[in-house]
Amino acid sequence: MTASTTIVTEGLTKRYGELTAVDHLDLEVEKGEVFGLLGPNGAGKTTTILMLLGLSEPTDGKVRVVGLDPTRKPLDVKRVVGYLPDNVGFYDSLTGRQNLRYTARLNGLDKGMSDQRIAAALTEVGLDDAGDAPAGTYSRGMLQRLGLADALVKDPHIMILDEPTMAIDPEGVTEVLRLIRSLADERGVTVLLSSHLLNQVQTVCDRVGIFVKGRLIAMGRPDQLVASDGTVTVELGVNGDMDQVEQVLRGVPGVTEVERPSGKSDRLWHLTTQADIIPAIVHAVVARDMLVWHVRRLGTDLADVYHRYFEQEVGHDDSR
Amino acid sequence: MTTVAEVRQPSHGWKVVAGKELADYLLSARFIVLLVILGLAAAGAVYTAASGIRDVATQASGSPALFLRLFTISADPMPFSFFVFIGFLAPILGIAFGFDAVNGERAQGTLPRLVAQPIHRDDVINGKFVAGLSAIGLMLITLVLIVAGLGIFRLGIVPSVAEVARLVVWLIVAVLYVGFWLAFATWCSVMLRRASSSALVAIATWLVLALFAALLVQLIAGVIAPVPEGAGGDVILHNAQVEQTLSRISPITLYDEATTALLDPETRAVGIVTIQQLDRAIVSDLSLGQSLLLVWPQVVGLVALTEICFVAAYVTFMRQEIRA
Repeated sequence: MTASTTIVTEGLTKRYGELTAVDHLDLEVEKGEVFGLLGPNGAGKTTTILMLLGLSEPTDGKVRVVGLDPTRKPLDVKRVVGYLPDNVGFYDSLTGRQNLRYTARLNGLDKGMSDQRIAAALTEVGLDDAGDAPAGTYSRGMLQRLGLADALVKDPHIMILDEPTMAIDPEGVTEVLRLIRSLADERGVTVLLSSHLLNQVQTVCDRVGIFVKGRLIAMGRPDQLVASDGTVTVELGVNGDMDQVEQVLRGVPGVTEVERPSGKSDRLWHLTTQADIIPAIVHAVVARDMLVWHVRRLGTDLADVYHRYFEQEVGHDDSR
Repeated sequence: MTTVAEVRQPSHGWKVVAGKELADYLLSARFIVLLVILGLAAAGAVYTAASGIRDVATQASGSPALFLRLFTISADPMPFSFFVFIGFLAPILGIAFGFDAVNGERAQGTLPRLVAQPIHRDDVINGKFVAGLSAIGLMLITLVLIVAGLGIFRLGIVPSVAEVARLVVWLIVAVLYVGFWLAFATWCSVMLRRASSSALVAIATWLVLALFAALLVQLIAGVIAPVPEGAGGDVILHNAQVEQTLSRISPITLYDEATTALLDPETRAVGIVTIQQLDRAIVSDLSLGQSLLLVWPQVVGLVALTEICFVAAYVTFMRQEIRA
């Protein structure tokens, strides 16, 4: 652990009876970094987050947030951590602003300070106009933004965001992600966010961890995770006689494997190659007067990576 | 680490929670509806009592506690006196302010956000309990003031200092009594995830205690201390004592006994009194101090019951996972 590490877990484990929700998690998040905890629902992301906040007691292992143990010093930790819970809710009868004011009072802010912070936070999440409407009238997406504002009110050093992009429309997602990025870049806020939507968060995360069934199965920069063994998989759609196409594809230098993915269109092929030789492949096919109607390099976005790791995990389980 | 060193003024979390909850309660429909309903019923009870008090007044001429009779006698067409009525309906108050204390936060999704603020987890339940008690206290004070005002207006009698003191002590007991129901309802709200089931359980408990407790107690006393045919006075007395002891488990009995002694200065015993004991007793009023001495066990019992329920709610809440 270095001085700039703000979140550390070592062998963090949480068991509910027989069920192990989090299994020996080792994590380090640096100051000013945006870290994405990615995984399917029920992977243990929320449980991990609750342990980071001292809201749930670890069965085993160590947690340090800004150098403090959240179980022992929950108040000191919660003073500097802004938290956006999964499915965040607000008091329906109070306005957005009143809801935030309650949070500010719970944080011991005086009135002048809290009004100023609340106004700034509402502007940042784009809820200026809706601030004085009852929270009961908000849409799910607006509640999500209000939740972000709520976490900002305490001027946190660390933001822990559980599914921050959930239920927000695509345009809103871009805005929220931009906001998260600017918090890290301009204010040096450390952000840990969880999500099951990889393509959304890969653009803002400095590092991601893939979390399946309580275990971290991969961690690193998004581009590191993509390029794992140097091979490239290309998905190709070609019109023409299948045997002939296969023959041509196998003839391209550098192609090591040719297969037709099950469950997809007949005319779709997956090629494993040693390097990025898409132009050569396309050229070879077109030279034989066959039509190429689709080319895509697989494994370039986290969704593919995630599927790869996830399938490995499932396969691993089946073999047991 | 330096970032944590800039410690802000320690906020008293429970006060903030209580302030917010109380403001919510006072503006809520349930507070206003309950106030109107209870206010109307209480005013009705006292209004009719005031008509009936003329008959009493002739018997009780010279009684220094005529004003208190407003609260303790009933006359047609109201079947209840004010304090019986409060004893019967006040639990509704406690339940109304407690049944969704914790599960309501869960349902709205505000609980994780609330406990993620720099307050202790018990600040949440403490603040809510204090706010509930304050709302109930305000409501009861309002009711008593309405009733007292009506009584003064209708009868033209002014309460003496001693009577006011008795009313104040009675108010404290009444708040304690409703506090028991508040604590019980809060416990239900911690244990049961749905507000509707929590309200149902609390109301069912109240109805059972209010309507069937006497019957149950009689049955159990009959088993523990049976009274055979033609049994002597001792056996019957023993049975009655067992029955009374058992009935005192119920906060309703405790409240009734404490109220009787506090609002009727002539009451000199809240237990079983034999005719021999009453022989040559002189009817006279007790001082407040003596009355208090008489009901001290009841008051302590109420405090204990309230505390048990609150501690149960507290402990359950502290051990619960925040995530539903």
